[in-house]
Amino acid sequence: MSNPTSAPSRNPVIELDEVRKTYRSGTIEFEALRGVDVTIDEGEYVAVVGPSGSGKSTLMNLLGCLDTPTSGAYRLAGEDVSTMSETELAEVRNRRIGFVFQQFHLLPSKSAWRNVELPLVYAGVPRAERRDRARAALTRVGLEERLDNRPGELSGGQQQRVAVARALVTEPSLILADEPTGNLDSSSSADVMTLLDELHDAGRTIVLITHDLEVAERAQRNVVIRDGRITDDVATGAGLDVAGGAR
Amino acid sequence: MSWAETLRAAVEAIRAHRLRSTLTMLGIVIGISSVILTVGLGEGAQQEVEDQISALGSNLLIVSPGSTTDSAGQRGGFGSASTLTVADADAIADDTVAPDVAAVAPTTSANVSLVTGETNWTTSLVGTTTSWVDVRARDLSSGRFFSQTEVDEAADVAVLGADTVTELFPTGSPVGQTVTVNGSPLTVIGVLASSGSTSSGASEDDQAVLPISTAQLVTGSSGTSVSTVYVEAADADRLSAAYQEVHALLLTNHGVEAADADFTIATQESLVETANATNETMTVLLAGVAAISLLVGGIGVMNIMLVSVTERIREIGLRKALGATPNAIGRQFLVEASVLGLTGGLVGVAVGAIGSQTLPALIDQPVSLSPVATAGAIGTALALGIGFGVYPAGRAARLTPIDALRSD
Ligand SMILES: Nc1ncnc2c1ncn2[C@@H]1O[C@H](COP(=O)(O)OP(=O)(O)O)[C@@H](O)[C@H]1O
Ligand SMILES: [Mg+2]
Repeated sequence: MSNPTSAPSRNPVIELDEVRKTYRSGTIEFEALRGVDVTIDEGEYVAVVGPSGSGKSTLMNLLGCLDTPTSGAYRLAGEDVSTMSETELAEVRNRRIGFVFQQFHLLPSKSAWRNVELPLVYAGVPRAERRDRARAALTRVGLEERLDNRPGELSGGQQQRVAVARALVTEPSLILADEPTGNLDSSSSADVMTLLDELHDAGRTIVLITHDLEVAERAQRNVVIRDGRITDDVATGAGLDVAGGAR
Repeated sequence: MSWAETLRAAVEAIRAHRLRSTLTMLGIVIGISSVILTVGLGEGAQQEVEDQISALGSNLLIVSPGSTTDSAGQRGGFGSASTLTVADADAIADDTVAPDVAAVAPTTSANVSLVTGETNWTTSLVGTTTSWVDVRARDLSSGRFFSQTEVDEAADVAVLGADTVTELFPTGSPVGQTVTVNGSPLTVIGVLASSGSTSSGASEDDQAVLPISTAQLVTGSSGTSVSTVYVEAADADRLSAAYQEVHALLLTNHGVEAADADFTIATQESLVETANATNETMTVLLAGVAAISLLVGGIGVMNIMLVSVTERIREIGLRKALGATPNAIGRQFLVEASVLGLTGGLVGVAVGAIGSQTLPALIDQPVSLSPVATAGAIGTALALGIGFGVYPAGRAARLTPIDALRSD
């Protein structure tokens, strides 16, 4: 398996070693990840592509410490997270990771800036500073006019930009985006992708899940997953055949 | 996440679900206000009894024949062989023997019929001395009380209670008129002002007070025994000194040991205690019912909090994804339940306070709002919120972030 963008001088942010995830519901077991090995270095921009049901979201949840692997090792920035307590994992999520979800996951009763400040609340940042940083993050995604609007008063594209602002407000090194453009029209998608490009240019590590080949093209590296296994891992523009896989 | 932050989030969440929060609090409100009202009713009744007893006269000792340890003996004491005499009263009145006693009023009592022309009224006849009116702290609404000379001469005079006057002299002033007792005509020289106590005050305002000598003549009792000796202490601080002097004096005069005392000395305090014992039983019973309604209110809080955890499962998942620790989530729901409980408690106290103002007019019962019961009620409401919030909060804290996020 090739890892073309990884230079020896760089630090690995994500190291997965023989990671398996088995879902159990009653007596039925389903192995969604069947031995995944992957290393992602600091500053990389990686797209995870694959057909529906192949295990992309499962992988993303493990990377985001939202779920734990059934077996195998996961080191995040050199730290083994499989032995961490729920409280330690919460801190890791808070400090190191910014999430962008397909369904936005904004709190409907809170204004844009109150949604964006939420991770800072759990980081223990004082209220005045939270407000300033939330405003700065919303300005960065072009929503400085919409600080006090609730999600219901914003378009889908604007809501996702609020979610991006929330993901970057803690200045995490890793941004995980699970089909961030899946619910957006093409012009809103372009806006969100531009934001992700900018974040990457600013040095963030980005892991993006997508169905959309055009979106995947913008990443430096594509990891193809099928039936819970990584079947291909290439630099973009290197004759990647995902057209048959991604539906 | 700081406590202040958690509190702010809790208040926001409660306000976001206004209707539901209100309904949740209703159980607590009803429970707390009924506790406050029942306790207030109980205390109001107690206060009323205390007022009536203190209306007997301040710094009062009430000496009765018979012993408390033997109720049969006490009953016997009221009969012919009463152990308390006018001589006892005179001895108590002696300043050198009982320096802490200010005044003494021996009284006899009997039930008699008063007759004026056509009207016939049965009431209690009290025979006493001139100090009675001061010892019992009574006022006259018209006329005067009898004098020492009238006591000495067994003058045919009577002072009537306010209610007695209403019965016998529905029109016109009674002073100067004549009432007949057992065939002896008596001149009414004064009318007692109403004692002010309502329910149990009937006998206080319905009586005929005569010089003790006159009373003995009209009732035909020749002996010197009395049914009660009222003793007024010089002031409240000297009440127990007066008690001991009277006690020692009567033991000596009667030649008995303390264990065989043939008299009983009651203080206002001891009367209040006896009266309160019955009241308390009622209050405890009512408060028990109110406590059950509080419990139901607490279960209501738990129920709603569990619904709330289920309903906000995605919010919980999101907060966890953004870095909320299990503790922070648990605390958020616990504080929410506590705020619900506390707010319910405060509203309940307000409702109770309004009730205690309006209820007396409706049911003719005094209701007193005690600060202790109020503080206790608020504390209980808070404790209910916390107590019944623990389980839902624990459920929320234990949710794994991905299960919470994934659920629709
Ligand atoms: N909680 C779960 N319980 C049981 N099976 C699950 C669960 N989550 C996902 N799966 C299954 O695991 C497989 C991979 O799911 P997922 O990672 O969501 O795929 P993708 O995101 O690539 O569409 C699917 O077959 C899905 O049905
Ligand atoms: Mg998916």
